[in-house]
Amino acid sequence: MNSILLHAPALIIALPLLAAFITPILGRFNRKTISWLATCVLGLTLLLTIFVARQVLTHGPIVYVFGATETGLTLPFGYTMPIRIIFQIDAMGIFMGLITSLVAFLAAIYSISYMEQHTGLDKYYTLLLLLATSMFGMELTGDIFNFFVFFEIASISSVALIAFRSTISGEPAEAGLKYMVVSSISALMVLFAIGLFYGQYDALNMATIASVMQFTQLDKIALILLVTVLAMKAGSVPMHMWTPDAYSEAPAAITMILVAASQASLYALFRIVFSIYNVTLNTITVGWILIILGVLSMFIGVTMAIIQKDIKRLMAYHSISQTGYMLLGVGVGLAVLTNPVALESFGIKAMEGGIFHIINNALYKGLLFLTAGAIFLRTDTRDLNKMGGLAHNMTYTTIFYIIGAAAIAGIPPFNGFASKLIIYESVYRFNPLLAIIAMLVSVLTLASFVKVFHSAFLGPRLEQYKSVQEVPKSMIIAMAVLSCLIVFFGLFPNLIVKYIVHPAVMALINQAHYTATILGGI
Amino acid sequence: MNIALLETGSGYWNTLIWVVTALIIGVCVLWLRNRGESRYKKDTDQTKPFLSGNPEVSKEDSHVGASHLYWGFTEALKNYYEPLVKMHTGNINDYSGWIVLVMAIIFIIIGVS
Repeated sequence: MNSILLHAPALIIALPLLAAFITPILGRFNRKTISWLATCVLGLTLLLTIFVARQVLTHGPIVYVFGATETGLTLPFGYTMPIRIIFQIDAMGIFMGLITSLVAFLAAIYSISYMEQHTGLDKYYTLLLLLATSMFGMELTGDIFNFFVFFEIASISSVALIAFRSTISGEPAEAGLKYMVVSSISALMVLFAIGLFYGQYDALNMATIASVMQFTQLDKIALILLVTVLAMKAGSVPMHMWTPDAYSEAPAAITMILVAASQASLYALFRIVFSIYNVTLNTITVGWILIILGVLSMFIGVTMAIIQKDIKRLMAYHSISQTGYMLLGVGVGLAVLTNPVALESFGIKAMEGGIFHIINNALYKGLLFLTAGAIFLRTDTRDLNKMGGLAHNMTYTTIFYIIGAAAIAGIPPFNGFASKLIIYESVYRFNPLLAIIAMLVSVLTLASFVKVFHSAFLGPRLEQYKSVQEVPKSMIIAMAVLSCLIVFFGLFPNLIVKYIVHPAVMALINQAHYTATILGGI
Repeated sequence: MNIALLETGSGYWNTLIWVVTALIIGVCVLWLRNRGESRYKKDTDQTKPFLSGNPEVSKEDSHVGASHLYWGFTEALKNYYEPLVKMHTGNINDYSGWIVLVMAIIFIIIGVS
């Protein structure tokens, strides 16, 4: 047992990866067992992630060296820099890991019924498990080339899942192709940036690069490439256009994971800016770049959402808008990173708001996409104009939708309100106009989701939907868990902020601690 | 630690107080509603909608679709929406173009800073 727990960081990756390869073999013998295998493996991964999170949050960062005689041996005798692949799991990394494991597990539960009628389930679950594995890798690794490898696996599996033939309307293959092109561009840029680091510093370990960072012209170019493509992969305006295509065409459970995958890219952006560059770069300039990208994403995302008639495209534009809040909060923190008074006064809080919003968004946005999937399963359409009166027959889905919509609109006492309130109040002290825009976006978000509620759920029973029934139990369970978490996070926000979010923010800010974990000195 | 108390850096927010307040207000509203309206007479013309003398449209036909909602809002912001919608061409070449454009802008900003 101790050995299993000792190797928990590796098992978080190894279990879903192994299951991904077992799935197609098992699928040849028994089609039904593969959905349960994926669910059980992802459930086990969730337990391991919770265990690692507990260790990290109580005892500090965990280092796991692959292939070393001891898992914590970062510098073998005679070496001054790490040569092996290292997982460096701090509070920020495991914060993201928790989101991924929870979302992937619930997506697997939801898929049991949602994908039941489809063929090619062995491929579906293999890709789902690979996507989860790659997201864990992106979030836990301390090696930038290793990050690139997982980044690529995430892109490839996402492309295949977006193009998965799960919808009878729309053009999943086209959406997959578009995502493949933007992913290829981003992968090339990331690889080029890694080459620039390796060419200068002979290192691929992020802590090592951070410790010798000179912020040369080449480092500036690497920063520009990484900030641009990772912001694009997070769905930031004006590079967001792949998002509505991909999110709307993918199966609902996959869309929920894609939201978390976009957030993994956002995490990578924050990790690179804070943990590798930190104060060597012009924090005010880069901070404002993030803020401007955030404000554009918030405003353009929500205004585009309000005019949509396709329920999933509408929700996809809201994902863009919500990413804006995260960029705004963390951008403000970065902009005041070199000003200790401002950082202490409101910078850390702004970052807490931004980081807290990541987990909140994963929960309510995931829930909303699942409700959209439930509606699609029963009505066979995503067109809001063709819907109406579904609340009569789909009571649970309606309740879950109300919870998700209220949370994303920032209505108390749901979780979205808690993170948005922190963002408003802290950002106001940095620049009042930014806080006002953020509040206006919340109002428009509410308006947009009222439109969906009215169009899909309210009104008399329509003739064509009179025989519509509530969705199967596995889908209800997944949505119910997300709803409970949304309410819990909203009722007890301080619990989450103090024990999970604040340590994550401090792990991002404290670069010296990040490098010392690998190179010694703590 | 009060787990329901959220510190925002500038103030505090207590979720439980909000929930209790909302419940009290809800109970008051329900109490007022249950007191009823003495002039209300069930199943009379009083309870039917008045549409300038026109017959009432069936409920199934009167559901307002999504395209008709917020018409005034989008019409008022027509000048904002027209270029914005045009930007979203759905063409992958344009998607790539935006990445290059943003990269160039960030390059200039970071380059001169």
